[in-house]
Amino acid sequence: MPISRPTDLAGALEVLAEVPTADVLAGGTDAMVEISFDHRRPEHVVALRRIDALREHRVSPAVLELGATITYMQIETELAEHAPGLAMASRTVGSPQIRNAGTIGGNLGTASPAGDTLPWLLAMDAEVELTSAARGTRHLPLAAFITGPKRTAREADELITSVRVPRVEGPQHTAKIGPRNAMVISVACVAVIVDTTNRVVRIGMGSVGPGPLRATDAEAAVSEAIDWEALRCPEAAIGAFGRACAEAARPITDHRSTAEYRRHAVGVLAARSLRRCLNA
Amino acid sequence: MSADTTGTTTRTPGVRDGLDTDAARPDGTPKVTGAFAFSSDLYAQQMLWGRTLRSPHAAARIVSIDTSAAEAMPGVAAVLTAPDVPGKATYGLEHADQPVFASDVVRYQGEAVAVVAAEHPELALRAVRAIEVVYAVTAPLTDPEAAIDAPPIHPDGNVFRHLPLRHGDIHATGEVVVEGTYEMGMQDQAFLGPESGLAIPSEDGGVELYMSTQWLHVDRDQVAACLALPAEQVRMTLAGVGGAFGAREDVSLQVHVSLLALRTNRPVKMLYSREESFHGHVHRHPAKMWFRHHADRDGTLVKVEARLVLDGGAYASSSTAVIANAVCFAGGPYRVPNAEIHGYAVRTNNPPCGAMRGFGVVQACFGHEAQMDRLAEALGMDPVELRLHNALRPGDELLTGQVITGTAPVREVIEAAVAHDLPPLPVDGESVMALPGGAGLTAERRDVRRGTGIAVSIKNLMFSEGFDDYSTAGVKLELDPRGRPIATVHCACAEVGQGFVTLAQQITRTALGVEQVLLRNADTQIGSAGSTSASRQTWMSGGAVQLACEAVQERLFERASVRSGVAVEAGRRRHFRMRDGEVVEVDGTFAMSVAELLAEGPIEEIREHHHPATEPLDEDGQGNAHVSFAFAAHRATVDVDPELGLVKVLQVATGQDIGRALNPRAVVGQIEGWIAQGVGLAVMEEILVQDGLIKNPSFTDYLIPTALDMPSVVQTVIEQPEPGAPFGAKGVGEPPTISSTPAVVAAIRAATGRELPRVPVRPQDIALT
Repeated sequence: MPISRPTDLAGALEVLAEVPTADVLAGGTDAMVEISFDHRRPEHVVALRRIDALREHRVSPAVLELGATITYMQIETELAEHAPGLAMASRTVGSPQIRNAGTIGGNLGTASPAGDTLPWLLAMDAEVELTSAARGTRHLPLAAFITGPKRTAREADELITSVRVPRVEGPQHTAKIGPRNAMVISVACVAVIVDTTNRVVRIGMGSVGPGPLRATDAEAAVSEAIDWEALRCPEAAIGAFGRACAEAARPITDHRSTAEYRRHAVGVLAARSLRRCLNA
Repeated sequence: MSADTTGTTTRTPGVRDGLDTDAARPDGTPKVTGAFAFSSDLYAQQMLWGRTLRSPHAAARIVSIDTSAAEAMPGVAAVLTAPDVPGKATYGLEHADQPVFASDVVRYQGEAVAVVAAEHPELALRAVRAIEVVYAVTAPLTDPEAAIDAPPIHPDGNVFRHLPLRHGDIHATGEVVVEGTYEMGMQDQAFLGPESGLAIPSEDGGVELYMSTQWLHVDRDQVAACLALPAEQVRMTLAGVGGAFGAREDVSLQVHVSLLALRTNRPVKMLYSREESFHGHVHRHPAKMWFRHHADRDGTLVKVEARLVLDGGAYASSSTAVIANAVCFAGGPYRVPNAEIHGYAVRTNNPPCGAMRGFGVVQACFGHEAQMDRLAEALGMDPVELRLHNALRPGDELLTGQVITGTAPVREVIEAAVAHDLPPLPVDGESVMALPGGAGLTAERRDVRRGTGIAVSIKNLMFSEGFDDYSTAGVKLELDPRGRPIATVHCACAEVGQGFVTLAQQITRTALGVEQVLLRNADTQIGSAGSTSASRQTWMSGGAVQLACEAVQERLFERASVRSGVAVEAGRRRHFRMRDGEVVEVDGTFAMSVAELLAEGPIEEIREHHHPATEPLDEDGQGNAHVSFAFAAHRATVDVDPELGLVKVLQVATGQDIGRALNPRAVVGQIEGWIAQGVGLAVMEEILVQDGLIKNPSFTDYLIPTALDMPSVVQTVIEQPEPGAPFGAKGVGEPPTISSTPAVVAAIRAATGRELPRVPVRPQDIALT
């Protein structure tokens, strides 16, 4: 099996143009598991580690742009100030070894319903940048990029090159449930951003639907209820926010949990996270 | 810790790393540095790779098997199915009811249908995929209760054993009666080193098998029978074992890899993947248990009634012995004058279940300890007080009518467990990792409630019901090239991490006064050591090493008697003793170094060690079926987030009856390791089986505790030397896992008020009920 190890983006895109069936390898924390379970048998691998440009991030007044091979550990440490909710989500991924290897582009590319960074990215209206040799660059909102469980709009010759999120002020909190206290796949998770720039509450929910979900009705109602000057919210509205988020969930029962528990838990997490953002 | 120095050993002061010290493991440094060779590291020149084709169905008829495409593939050396087995077509630990290869029906998902050997593991995988098996899928029998009366799915029937136990007056009643139904899921041993072994054909037509296992000789006998070879032509050597916990008592790939080696006349290695491993070994029996406890108003137990149904899965394995343990100890470590218990171990199309640490007692203990808490509540009594009130004492009768003739410090272990300080109360600025949910940041302190619970257990040591599970050890004492004494110990005891390698050295150093002690590989060139299970190797193989050392000592004394002119025909031990590397005359002046006595040649002795004989249980489950008993008490403290159902186990405090700590550090390690497994069963560990199919055969979804899930462990060992036990020591491996699980669940009940009749406790069991 051939392995391409390009040192720049153009080189990677060239290989993907020639061999659209090639598997893209970033941190390998999903790919290698699938290979060792024999669920995936790559015919050709394009390894991205040597492409320095993909590991960079840019901060402008309006936008935070994250290169696709930025690791969870980098987010947790170097980017905590710019993206606190994303840093909290990254901290919940696997073990330190996994966080040193796994990348945000990989989390996007795998598009697991349990992907730990996806609820925060969705809540922040993130846009995924896809690049191909033939058609150049395009940007897709995350909601359009993820088309189903482990399915994305990425074409075979495209590479996820970055993801960008608007910069907003205000407190954030991310919470994730697993049946043990570390190294666990999400049973339910939420990212809550009290966006004082736009005076809206944003919530992304994970593991309670085929992909990450927003709860737009819940967001709208609670955004109305918040006193944005004092940054306070009546407890009744926080409770209603939790219930509305639970209502918006579309969970299933599988070997990791039940639909009923996931719905309940995501509502509890939503309300608690909002309380924490508001110091309530 | 109380220290008692009475024992049956000869103590020789001044020998480094002898008994009662924290002698380091001889394999410790290699294991920590990665230099230790596990069975998965085995390699031989010209080695082929074996791989197994397994049934994807829980129940099916095999319509046809076509191996021609696989056989035609380049690089494939052999493809074997049932007709290729030259000897006995079945194997099994106690009852040979499992086919080497399924030929007419498959009875569980993962049952072996064929094996291949190829030049490369990938080729072996492709060859396995090229075998065409046509199955006619049938409805799996998955409900153990229904299996009792269902049409048999095996010629031997569906009930492996129905064991009734009737003790005292079965019609007795108590003034206070509590009743409950409890359930335990299927736990996995979750060892880290998957099944692996290497078979090398030998010139005499036999086979050399290097294998990670718990009992070389029982493997050898099963392999020899299936290969139609005399036992001596199957030579087994223990390969590095990466954990066992019961899962390596049964044959996995031993027969398959040997068949492939003999067929191809080349070395063959097999190594299961993690997923295959979940299908390739037995698990802990899931259980459904009903209990009714009767007591007087003062809390005195009057009667225990129980019906225990254990799901043994498709094949017998050790089910008949597991259910015996569950039944015999269904009353717990308490005086119970009257009892009626019915235990069933049944066959289903679920994954086969067999030995796992605690062996049937784990299931029963979860039930009887929940009952004791219920009873305490009904009586308005403190749960600890109720247990102390009924605690077994030496001389008391068990449910089987057997009188405890050894030590039974039940009161002492309970008092020791509850005497420990509770974990500190939460402080401001605590780490998020201290809270349930940990790194997930799900809870704040205000969301959390604390609870404490207690549980107590009894466990039999060694095999029961008349089985003579003896051990054999050889000790050779000679001079090394520099003229210093060196002892070599040979024993087939499987070192699976428990520390026998350390203990064998300690015993020999102390008994013979030599510092240099070598261990030969465990193999079948010496007699059986029995299984590394049932908390038995310190007692059985430790005792065998002790006997062999004493026999060597006797020969030294014999030489001393000749050299000293102290003419003694018998009872030399009264006239000589060991002291600081010398043999000295007890009431005289003669002294000579061991080295000098060895100048005339080495001394080698082999001895067998048998425990006192036990009896089978009669038709009422009565009889002196067990050798000895060990007791433990656990007090668990947990923080629970009731709204989300998440648990953080903070502390497990324990008192454990160990007889004597021969290596105190090893005791600490055993107790902590087992508590980890007990905590895992309480809150996360379960093989999920649906329609006979395993849903989580990976460490991604079969969760075991991480360091962050592990509570702090505070322990007190009770050292009351057990009469008849070598050095007075009891096995320490199993008790910690038995009552730690019910203690954790009791603590969660205390924090939440939920009933929680089932383990593992899942978040939804707390949050949604």
